[in-house]
Amino acid sequence: MDLLVNALVSIILAATPLLLAAEGELVAERAGVLNLGVEGMMLTGAIAGFAAALATGSAALGAGAGLLAGVALSSVFAVLTLTLHANQTATGLALTIFGRGFSALAGAGFVGMPAPTLPKLYLPVLSGLPVAGPVLFQHDALVYAALALLVGIAWGIRRTRLGLVLRAVGDSHDAAHALGYRVVAIRYAAVMFGGALAGLAGAYMSLSYTPMWAQDLTAGRGWIAVALVTFAAWRPFWLLAGAWFFGALMYLSLYVQAIGVPVPAAFVSALPYAGTIVMLVVISRDRRLIRLNRPAMLGRPFQARA
Amino acid sequence: MLKIEPRGFESRLWRYLSPVLALVLTGLAAAAIFAAMGRPPLQTVSTFLVTPLLQQDGLAALAVKAAPLILMGAGLAAAYRANVWNIGTEGQFTLGAIAGGGVALALPDAPGWLVFPLMMAGGVLGGMAAGGLVAWLRTRFNANEILTSLMLTYILQYVLIWLVTGPWRDPMGFGFPQTALFSDAARGPRLQEDSNLHLGVVLAPALAAALWFVMQRTVLGFQLRVLGQAPRAARFAGFSEARLIWTALLVSGGLAGLAGLFEVSGTVGQLTTSLSPGYGFAAIIVAFLGRLSPLGCIPAGLLLALSYLGGDAAQINLGLPNAVTGIFQGILLFMLLGCDVLLLHRIRRAPALSPARAQPGSA
Repeated sequence: MDLLVNALVSIILAATPLLLAAEGELVAERAGVLNLGVEGMMLTGAIAGFAAALATGSAALGAGAGLLAGVALSSVFAVLTLTLHANQTATGLALTIFGRGFSALAGAGFVGMPAPTLPKLYLPVLSGLPVAGPVLFQHDALVYAALALLVGIAWGIRRTRLGLVLRAVGDSHDAAHALGYRVVAIRYAAVMFGGALAGLAGAYMSLSYTPMWAQDLTAGRGWIAVALVTFAAWRPFWLLAGAWFFGALMYLSLYVQAIGVPVPAAFVSALPYAGTIVMLVVISRDRRLIRLNRPAMLGRPFQARA
Repeated sequence: MLKIEPRGFESRLWRYLSPVLALVLTGLAAAAIFAAMGRPPLQTVSTFLVTPLLQQDGLAALAVKAAPLILMGAGLAAAYRANVWNIGTEGQFTLGAIAGGGVALALPDAPGWLVFPLMMAGGVLGGMAAGGLVAWLRTRFNANEILTSLMLTYILQYVLIWLVTGPWRDPMGFGFPQTALFSDAARGPRLQEDSNLHLGVVLAPALAAALWFVMQRTVLGFQLRVLGQAPRAARFAGFSEARLIWTALLVSGGLAGLAGLFEVSGTVGQLTTSLSPGYGFAAIIVAFLGRLSPLGCIPAGLLLALSYLGGDAAQINLGLPNAVTGIFQGILLFMLLGCDVLLLHRIRRAPALSPARAQPGSA
């Protein structure tokens, strides 16, 4: 029983940063913008959050700083791709390259230092329940925030006027423009929302999940988050299935090493990355599913015509 | 109020001026960052960009560092022209190093005329295998090559770690994660006695030039460019999209594998866990800075090589972490992509409009 509880808890925790980052990327992609800089924004959010938490002594302020760092970096992306019409793929890569370098430089003095961690929230009765208590009701605020945001985003995209406009911009920017919607402004907002969540996901890594700073702390999780959006075929709730699947793979790779299964550690560590490829293959084979759900303007620049 | 409006054609002037402007702006941005860190900006920038060249053998060191970047950048330039976004050259580099290095370890007593060509073949085939896998996943299963090629990089890095800590570890190596040193024959020919100038230093620009010829003057190159610029036209013309995707990934993968082989044979001399200081991402910058032309990747590769040497110089002379290299590279690509707006657009003073009619794009 303890084993099961442990497994479920670590799956939920490992899934949280992926879920947060993927939620942000999903919103940006539904607006038609492909931002491949998630990894760079996560790393920058992680170091900014860690440094701010250390300076202020408050992990919550740290999380806020991580969020703002993500917004700052994503607004650079937005200016380049939306105002200056730069190629989205290349600009996203630039964001990742810059974020890796910046976080390594800024974090050089923080390696191995302890920082305040996000407090776990205990609820009076629920947290004391057997099994359900530790699995569901003993986490920090960001774990719940990731789930609440998922519900909010799913509802917002499907059921609200704002969500309709967002989808219109992502599926046909010319039509949305002709109707009088401010395509570029909406895309700016979507990209910066994505940046905020990527930064928050990074701060969760350095303030709760790990919790410390090490160079390249996120180890490709930003890229896995981008892959999750494709895996989910741009449908919010599918992100949860994908994120838990990865949480399970990450738990499995730790568990297999802990009980000493005679498999080289390197192979086990490679499991989540191999899982990403398998997952992409499985979902992409269904060309119809991808074609029907992929925002039609994804990656296309928008130029208003007078 | 400034306004960005389409030129309606591509400016040839800005195509070549944009990288120069980007470099100047990057220097200014770097100086501002150094000043913010409390360092003398001018001196730091000159340590970064000039000092490495003034050192003894500085130019040779630059050429050696540039060789893998030119090889990988040239391959990427061709692939990106075809709209095939291979961003996993780091993994293809690693598999090339593993395959080519494996040949050297398997034949420790073989003469150079036998072992080195086999190693080069191993390097190219290793890189092609990694690139080919990505092509297969894309053409057979429609899987996005950006994500699969990058994920493969992580997996191949773990394969390398497994090999050098497990089956291929040097039994005499005191437990360090590294293989035995290659034989002298397997280190390959040198351009100059007792120098680091390996065969790749001349082969890299030669292969880049050959690839430029293929892209500009052959039907295959034409087909790749059409696929990138007008995929529908390519389909109507009957070009096989799958074949072109395979070509782009095999060429860029093979060149990256060859770069990996030259790096382990010419520079390192054994397999270790960290063979590449991020050449895979740097090569992407080389390709863009070289204007997606294999020939342009030669000067661009030299510049990015300088950024690595500059990072080392800044670390030794000024005590800065060599992560400065990554920041410089990231800003350079930002600036370049920003300046490239001038290729297809011009910036004009817009006549004063009423707020309601102002273009959202000019914000």
